[in-house]
Amino acid sequence: MKYTLMLLCAFGVHNIYAQDTYKGKVLDTYNSSIEKANITVNDSVVATTDKFGMFEVTLNEPSAVYIYAEGYEVLEAELTDKDQFYTFQIQPEASLNELVVNVNKKNTERNKGITNSQTMNSGELLKAACCNLAESFETNPSIDVNFSDAISGSKQIKMLGLTSPYILIAEENIPSVRGASQAYGLSFTPGTWVESIQVTKGAGSVVNGFESISGQINTELIKPGNDIPFFLNLYGSTDARFELNAHFNEKISDKWSTSLFVHGNTRVKKNDMNHDGFLDNPLGSQVNVMNRWQYQNLEKGWIAFITARYMKDEKQTGEIDFDKKQHKLSTLKWGSELNTDKFDASTKVGYVFPDQPYKSFGWQNSFSYHKQNSYFGLNQFDITQRSIYSNFLYSSIISNTLHKFSTGASFMHDDYSEFVANYGNRNFDRTDTSYGAFFEYTYDNANNLALILGGRIDNSNRLGTFVTPRMHLRYNPGEKTTLRASAGRGKRLANIFAENQYLFASSRQFNILNEGGKAYGMDPEIAWNYGLSVSQDFTFLGKNASLTLDFYRTDFQNQIVVDMDQSARTVNFYNLDGKSYANSFQAELNYNIIKHLNLRTAYKYYDIKTTYGDKTLERPLQAKHRLFANLEFTTHENNGSYWKFDATWNWLGAQRLPYTGDNSAENQLASYTNPFSTINAQVTKVFSDRFEVYVGGENIGNYQQHRVILGADDPFGNEFDSTIVYGPIFGQMYYAGLRFKIK
Amino acid sequence: MKKYLLVLLAVLGVAFTSTAQEKKSKNAKVDVEVKGNCDMCKKRIEKAAFAVKGVKSADWHSDDQTLHLIIDENKTTALKVQESVAKAGHDTKEVKAEKDTYDNLHGCCQYDRES
Repeated sequence: MKYTLMLLCAFGVHNIYAQDTYKGKVLDTYNSSIEKANITVNDSVVATTDKFGMFEVTLNEPSAVYIYAEGYEVLEAELTDKDQFYTFQIQPEASLNELVVNVNKKNTERNKGITNSQTMNSGELLKAACCNLAESFETNPSIDVNFSDAISGSKQIKMLGLTSPYILIAEENIPSVRGASQAYGLSFTPGTWVESIQVTKGAGSVVNGFESISGQINTELIKPGNDIPFFLNLYGSTDARFELNAHFNEKISDKWSTSLFVHGNTRVKKNDMNHDGFLDNPLGSQVNVMNRWQYQNLEKGWIAFITARYMKDEKQTGEIDFDKKQHKLSTLKWGSELNTDKFDASTKVGYVFPDQPYKSFGWQNSFSYHKQNSYFGLNQFDITQRSIYSNFLYSSIISNTLHKFSTGASFMHDDYSEFVANYGNRNFDRTDTSYGAFFEYTYDNANNLALILGGRIDNSNRLGTFVTPRMHLRYNPGEKTTLRASAGRGKRLANIFAENQYLFASSRQFNILNEGGKAYGMDPEIAWNYGLSVSQDFTFLGKNASLTLDFYRTDFQNQIVVDMDQSARTVNFYNLDGKSYANSFQAELNYNIIKHLNLRTAYKYYDIKTTYGDKTLERPLQAKHRLFANLEFTTHENNGSYWKFDATWNWLGAQRLPYTGDNSAENQLASYTNPFSTINAQVTKVFSDRFEVYVGGENIGNYQQHRVILGADDPFGNEFDSTIVYGPIFGQMYYAGLRFKIK
Repeated sequence: MKKYLLVLLAVLGVAFTSTAQEKKSKNAKVDVEVKGNCDMCKKRIEKAAFAVKGVKSADWHSDDQTLHLIIDENKTTALKVQESVAKAGHDTKEVKAEKDTYDNLHGCCQYDRES
């Protein structure tokens, strides 16, 4: 006999009992008893179930209790009747849709949705050293983080083997890392600001635009409505980088709240671990300030955000003795500066019809200004971008919630001015305006099949009028098996100089081999992406495990080929003439070895080839095989205090290097690199929910790229090239930091 | 036991009378007691509810044993939804399932029936 129902219907029954004993049983959804489930009253554990799932608890008065067992959702119930034998059934955590009570929620969770996506929450981000967005993906096997180049010190990411220009990177669903900020944009968002990141492999939704090809990454920032009054993070590392993050939050009324986020980082010391006379990582500083306001009226169904943000980032690198006042843009010493100013303002308004929760609309507007002034030796490069973005979205149902749709319209305007010294001291000023409409239909049979069919039509002054179709399908042949498929098209204009600006730090001459096209004389990039994914949950030796196999293929109809293989003196840009594709396969195995100890492993295979001139070659600086393993362990919580251990191992197979055969013998590289591996690890001691301290190390095995700069002894000569980076430049690095919260 | 039934009746009674007194709404929110156990039940119950024309949203929760509905009252009634759900094997407040249908449910869906 089951009385679960009663517990919730029994609100308002106020019988008076004195010190009564309540008995009951905790079961899972298959009616098997659950051992070690905790019954808590007012945050203290009052009883734990035995191996038959039985509990007995003595209470002074009828009380609301929470029932929780590892791996299950929290159940809220009431104990009111001492004569009753209670039976509680708790749901496995995997059936979580979203936003239920979070107790020991996984740091990275494969979403149950139709697209092949994962959500990384802030717990995952804390595992990386000091994190801006780029670094936060180091513990995620779906995204490869490259080694930072010597010039900017920033890390680039790849999905399905394709670099970030082919990924739609959005902040709160507003495309953010694009155009002028494509190369370094990820380092402009401090990790502590981030609430969660959604990573979608493959084509993705049409709602956020037509540009995504290999995937979408959306970052949700901390909402003022959920924020804590004060947060402080301090960080310092042995490569002389220091960071400060401070968050302040104020709940002004029951509807208004605001947060102020302040971030500063700096590197003051010159490092040259490999003694090549050049800095291993740039000197620099960043100041980043954001203020957000949130309005929320849940009864009426309104929610709104207003956000303003300013960032100033300065970097200097080059020869150790380079002094920017004396040597800037001269051949006395080789040096580089990269200075960025960025201002963003955005608004978001959302409305949910109170009597029809499936019906809503949202409207986002943003303005951004991005200005970068830089030089790399004699190669001056300046770019300014002003952007306006607006997106209106309406969602509702067709007859019932099994058939949903979203539709809307978007507008995007980008105004660029660009000066490129390396390409004939020319200005490339341009304006892009596009507007479009989209429609996305979602079908869910409420059982085992769901699909999304989406399409959009856009008109752009440089891309013309075109259609972007996207499709996603999810099918569950069994309870624990999920099949996913996706297909979609993406189209974009390459900003060749901004995207490849690290190549300015070489003596290579930039050449554009086409004329007449609309993007620097070339055509837009167009690609189709297809994906298949199988995911199987199972238990091994009584513990939960999952195996996921992903296969994706990206087929370029046109691509702007970046060709460094004709000569070590040039980099050529041209429309694809031949074939270009990226096949990627990933096998990911996750296993909960024992309670609190999780293992995540992955093998990745990349087959990425492009026709360079008359040869079809592997994409340079891309390992064909990669292995990944991450182990996390948390000790049992005792009065809010516990330890967290985390270690990540990455192995990279041989990578093809660009052609260097026309250099003198000492500046020639082999055609492939040797395989190598790196280990990062971190230990965090959480003293309470207010204070924690962490220490960690990156590249603990101290692997260093043997030779980073070609022609370092003659930086203004023909053979100078600092762009071929395939491994860590800096050796091992250790860091420590603290986090302090007032709740 | 008696207390339980009384409370239940009171709660559901309020839910029903309040919707019944209003004029026909295109988006009427109705909560109906439906018995079930697991995720498999959830799928079956919701599927049966969606099979009724005029049901816009159907969401069953095992914790409160309630099917949360949004229906177009011009096209259907809560009773019609209960008939459909009972036909699939799940007892509802007003309509009970046939014994044969109940017996044919998967083992984990064999919820406890009242008397």
